[in-house]
Amino acid sequence: MAELIAQSPCRDLLPVTHGTVTLSEVDPGNITSLSPFKGKAATLSDALNSAYGLRFPAPGRSTGKEGARCLWTGRHQAFLQGPEPVDSLKASAALTDQSDAWTVVSLEGADAEDVLARLVPIDLRAGVFKRGHTARTLCQHMTASITRTGANRFQIMVFRSMAATLCHELGEAMHMVAARAGRP
Amino acid sequence: MRLPCPLCGTRDRREFYYQGAAVALNRPAPDAGQEAWENYMHLRDNPAGRTRDLWMHEAGCGSWIVVERDTVTHEIFSAELIDAD
Amino acid sequence: MRIDGKAHGIDRSKPVSFRFDGVTHSGFQGDTLASALMGAGVRMLGRSFKYHRPRGVLTSGSEEPNALVTVRSGAQAEPNMRATIQEIYEGLEAKSQNRWPSLGFDLMAVNDLAAPFFGAGFYYKTFMWPKAFWEKLYEPLIRHAAGLGALPGGDNPDAYEKAYAFCDVLVVGSGPAGLMAALTAAKTGADVILCEEDSMLGGRLLSERETIDGMDAALWAAEIAGTLRAMDNVRIMTRTAVTGAYDQGVYGALERVSHHCAASQATLLECFWRITAQRTVLASGALERHIAFRDNDRPGVMMAGALRAYANRWGVAPGRSVAVFGNNDDAHRTARDLAKAGLNVAALIDSRPDAENLAGDVPFYPGYHVARAHGRTGLDAITLRAPHGGEDRIAVEALGVSGGWNPSVHLACHMNKRPIWNDTIAAFVAQDDMVPGMICAGAARGVFSTADCLKSGAEAGLEAARSAGYRGALPPLPQADDAVYNLRRLWAVDGPGRAWLDFQNDVTVKDIKQAAAENYRSVEHMKRYTTQGMATDQGKSSNVAALAILADVTGRDIPETGTTTFRPPYVPVSIAAMGAGAQAEGFAPQRFTTSHLASTQMGAPMIEAGLWYRPSYFPRDGEKTWRQSCDREVNMVRNAVGICDVSTLGKIDLQGPDVGAFLDFVYCNTFSTLKPGRVRYGLMLREDGYVMDDGTTARLSDGQWIMTTTTAAAGEVMKHLEWVYQAHCPQLDLRFISVTEQWAQFAIAGPEARALLNGLLDDKLDDEGFPFMACGDVSVMGIPARLFRISFSGEHAYELAIPSRYGDALFRILVARAEALGGGAYGMEALNVLRIEKGHITHSEIHGRTTAFDIGFGRMVSKKKDCIGQTMAARPGLVDEDREQLVGLRPVGAVKQLVAGGHLFAPEDAPIRENDQGYITSVGFSPSLGEMRALGFLKHGRSRHGQKVKMVDHMRGIETLCEVTDPVAFDREGGRLRG
Repeated sequence: MAELIAQSPCRDLLPVTHGTVTLSEVDPGNITSLSPFKGKAATLSDALNSAYGLRFPAPGRSTGKEGARCLWTGRHQAFLQGPEPVDSLKASAALTDQSDAWTVVSLEGADAEDVLARLVPIDLRAGVFKRGHTARTLCQHMTASITRTGANRFQIMVFRSMAATLCHELGEAMHMVAARAGRP
Repeated sequence: MRLPCPLCGTRDRREFYYQGAAVALNRPAPDAGQEAWENYMHLRDNPAGRTRDLWMHEAGCGSWIVVERDTVTHEIFSAELIDAD
Repeated sequence: MRIDGKAHGIDRSKPVSFRFDGVTHSGFQGDTLASALMGAGVRMLGRSFKYHRPRGVLTSGSEEPNALVTVRSGAQAEPNMRATIQEIYEGLEAKSQNRWPSLGFDLMAVNDLAAPFFGAGFYYKTFMWPKAFWEKLYEPLIRHAAGLGALPGGDNPDAYEKAYAFCDVLVVGSGPAGLMAALTAAKTGADVILCEEDSMLGGRLLSERETIDGMDAALWAAEIAGTLRAMDNVRIMTRTAVTGAYDQGVYGALERVSHHCAASQATLLECFWRITAQRTVLASGALERHIAFRDNDRPGVMMAGALRAYANRWGVAPGRSVAVFGNNDDAHRTARDLAKAGLNVAALIDSRPDAENLAGDVPFYPGYHVARAHGRTGLDAITLRAPHGGEDRIAVEALGVSGGWNPSVHLACHMNKRPIWNDTIAAFVAQDDMVPGMICAGAARGVFSTADCLKSGAEAGLEAARSAGYRGALPPLPQADDAVYNLRRLWAVDGPGRAWLDFQNDVTVKDIKQAAAENYRSVEHMKRYTTQGMATDQGKSSNVAALAILADVTGRDIPETGTTTFRPPYVPVSIAAMGAGAQAEGFAPQRFTTSHLASTQMGAPMIEAGLWYRPSYFPRDGEKTWRQSCDREVNMVRNAVGICDVSTLGKIDLQGPDVGAFLDFVYCNTFSTLKPGRVRYGLMLREDGYVMDDGTTARLSDGQWIMTTTTAAAGEVMKHLEWVYQAHCPQLDLRFISVTEQWAQFAIAGPEARALLNGLLDDKLDDEGFPFMACGDVSVMGIPARLFRISFSGEHAYELAIPSRYGDALFRILVARAEALGGGAYGMEALNVLRIEKGHITHSEIHGRTTAFDIGFGRMVSKKKDCIGQTMAARPGLVDEDREQLVGLRPVGAVKQLVAGGHLFAPEDAPIRENDQGYITSVGFSPSLGEMRALGFLKHGRSRHGQKVKMVDHMRGIETLCEVTDPVAFDREGGRLRG
């Protein structure tokens, strides 16, 4: 019997490097949306804490670390990235599987912030948008989730169907930033 | 133009969707009568000065907010979530 | 010509060769095209817009009205580049503009001789009659004669970009005030962006002979620039002009990234920045203004400050023998510096009789005026008029003119505040907070001595940083020149002939007076009537003089007369920079389904559906037209089984105890009664009672539901749900989120659908266990999936949803299995025909002007509960039997063609608007019925089944006799989908 073969959104598109910056696809493991029901935010946060040792994040923040991270993604909503969701979460929150819904990439390098400044209309200065900070915003014309995961590293998420456009836009911006380096 | 989202902080206007006057929040009861409904749907002030209007942080957190601003100076006085939840 | 001696703006050890109008010249590194051509002895750089008069360099900055040239060649040619800011590089190629056949001999210069006919308002008067002549004769003629440079015509191969930047303090301008502002603010720890349109920091300091703290001013500027560069919290942006001030501290800025580089290095030409600053220091300096006198536009007549800049910074002058004419002390500096540079200063003419000579040993003429300039293609003499009227002619090759300095208040005025008239300096000045958060410093606020500018800048920088939340103190202020700037206003010298104000648009003093005489007394009217201030320089050197003259002739003072409105951009911005990133693929995101690659491999042409790309049809060998493929695909679905990717439909997951109540409120029909494992069709109204969207909602379990939306309205519905929930029922306990992209979903439609699935699913289906409108979890080759028994085609059909990572694989397997059963993939064309045969609506029918009543779903609007749109949908006009109602149509006459957009008339009526009875929304050829079928809206349509109407397509001249039918043309009883 034939087998269903899984494919990632950016297959054949990444990684690419221009100048100091490399764009690569991230396998985030499971992505589960968590939306606490009315009055259940604290219960959900406790359940997260006992299952993974992390809390439900405040707006604009992420909790946990590589491998098990909880990313604020909107009103009453965060994404659990990495582990499988434990059943104990279901009592206090609406859960949906989002593992296949997103293109997840990492932009890393000395000029990564400058590359994003070509596409993202928010203040990404290191002193303002610190490691662990996350934002729902735009990446050119796409709605995106952007998280600083390191001094010079960002995780960028857009809808799965927009993988090609994301790689195109980021690639162009990387190219432009690199082009400046060669001028007199 | 930049708007202060109560959840996300001040953001560029291109992240927001504009709806119109905050009057839309005051939905009449189904039996409120034709005049109340016509007013609710169609009657809008067009102030030169302070106004309260509805925006959605569509490319951000998804919140609907009421922004109080001045249509002449473009000063923004406040922005609040439409549900305090 | 080049002047020997110190010129810190150029490196004489680095010659650079370039071409102008085909002639090779040599300059030095650091030269602009203007300075290099001046050094090479070229005086004439272009011709004026209207009269084609010879023109040379007037200024040394971005305000230049005359010296506009075309740089580079071929498709990369860039017209209207200002020679005064175009840096030269090895191999630079530039051409003069607005001349034919050549700069020296220009046939259109005949306009100058006809000048008496071309005065203010001449377009409006001359070309009024006969009316038809405007479009056919006058306008083409004017367009050929007028204009500046021409676009190259080809696609622009250059790259441009846009970018965002953020800071605590934005400093605009890097003269003494800007440098001190940036330094002071930066020392408090604030993030500072310093924008300078020049290639180097220093502003006027680069063009003056003076000292700061005992150092050469230009070297002092370089030292401060070095200090700033070494600070982590300072970002220096040279070649970047701040072009506009916008709401909430947003500024536009144009960076000329590589106009100074050879084409091979210029992979990125310009960047348009959006800078958001908490506070801004406007240190934009001042621009010198002219004094109008007869023929004051001759090449060689320049701004006095520019003449001085060319000598001091670039070591060039337009001639050996020069004169200076001014009404203020600053003009004396030019005479002094030029004499020090070794030029022959033939005269320093100051219109003030009581002026004292501050220039040293030069011939001084207080109380004198320059009455005329001589020399057609280049200045060779001036006429001097003595206080008592006697005239004298002096031979000079260059004349520097200063009518005073206008603070650059533009940015401060971009949010509609007006600048303040300062009588002492006879100029408009900017004040703090004209743009919220903007502090003005230095010459922009009317502070002119270097010492005062340094102080003003430091204070502004500190104030800006403090109000942005930082703490600091004023630094020690450097010692610098503190000369007072005295001036007595003089706008124009009386006399016969033409005295020029706006060089680029060829507006004279006489034009302004004529406008006033014809009662164009408002400065805004005068501007439009004369075109003063409307060219690419936006009147930077002529506005104040023009309105002063207008004030004078209309008997008003200048503040009363007022200024025209200052609007962005401060300097011209190319459309390419503004639109950077939005060309080609950057125009909009492309959304690809998981079956995209497989579909294109099957040769399917793609059509855009919103941002999505969907297959139109899947051509097979021997099929020559889309219709052949489409017909085959429809037959496949009707007779075997077809596969169609429907992942693009919006899918919204709703969970919580109150989902049922919420759905009852957003849908016009009832959902709370739907049982788990079942699906229901729903119709969503707008609050005004018209139909918004439709789709099915499945109840997967007690607390979990999946709503589907149409592809087109997915985003709109999500926004609507958020609105309804947050605005009207936030007390309900539910959460919802889009899961559109999580699931690849495929329709499997046709009599063989179940057979296909039963070979694929891990557990077999039967009709009892999985009847029409059932839904549930299934397993496909071990992968958890969801199955919905719903049908858009009218056949026995399912939609199978699987996590997107398996979408490509599952699509290929489904198509292969369908083909084995005599079916295959079908595209949008077949999908459309199938649904037209079944009378199913899409957004062609629910296009924003139709109600539930119109489409025959009036009874779906439940009266038992409130819902969005219910009250307004009940308005008498929205349920009037007279409305146009959804019907089906089939051709019954000789003509068999039906056209979407065609209008419907009674057969005996003339096809005119008054007789219009409806229109067609969708058409398709039905292979199942062997004829074209249409859906449309017709007055009283539901009671007219069986009657005849005629369809008229006025555009294509088609008239078709039709029979009105039920919208459902195929399998009206619906037996096939329950089979």
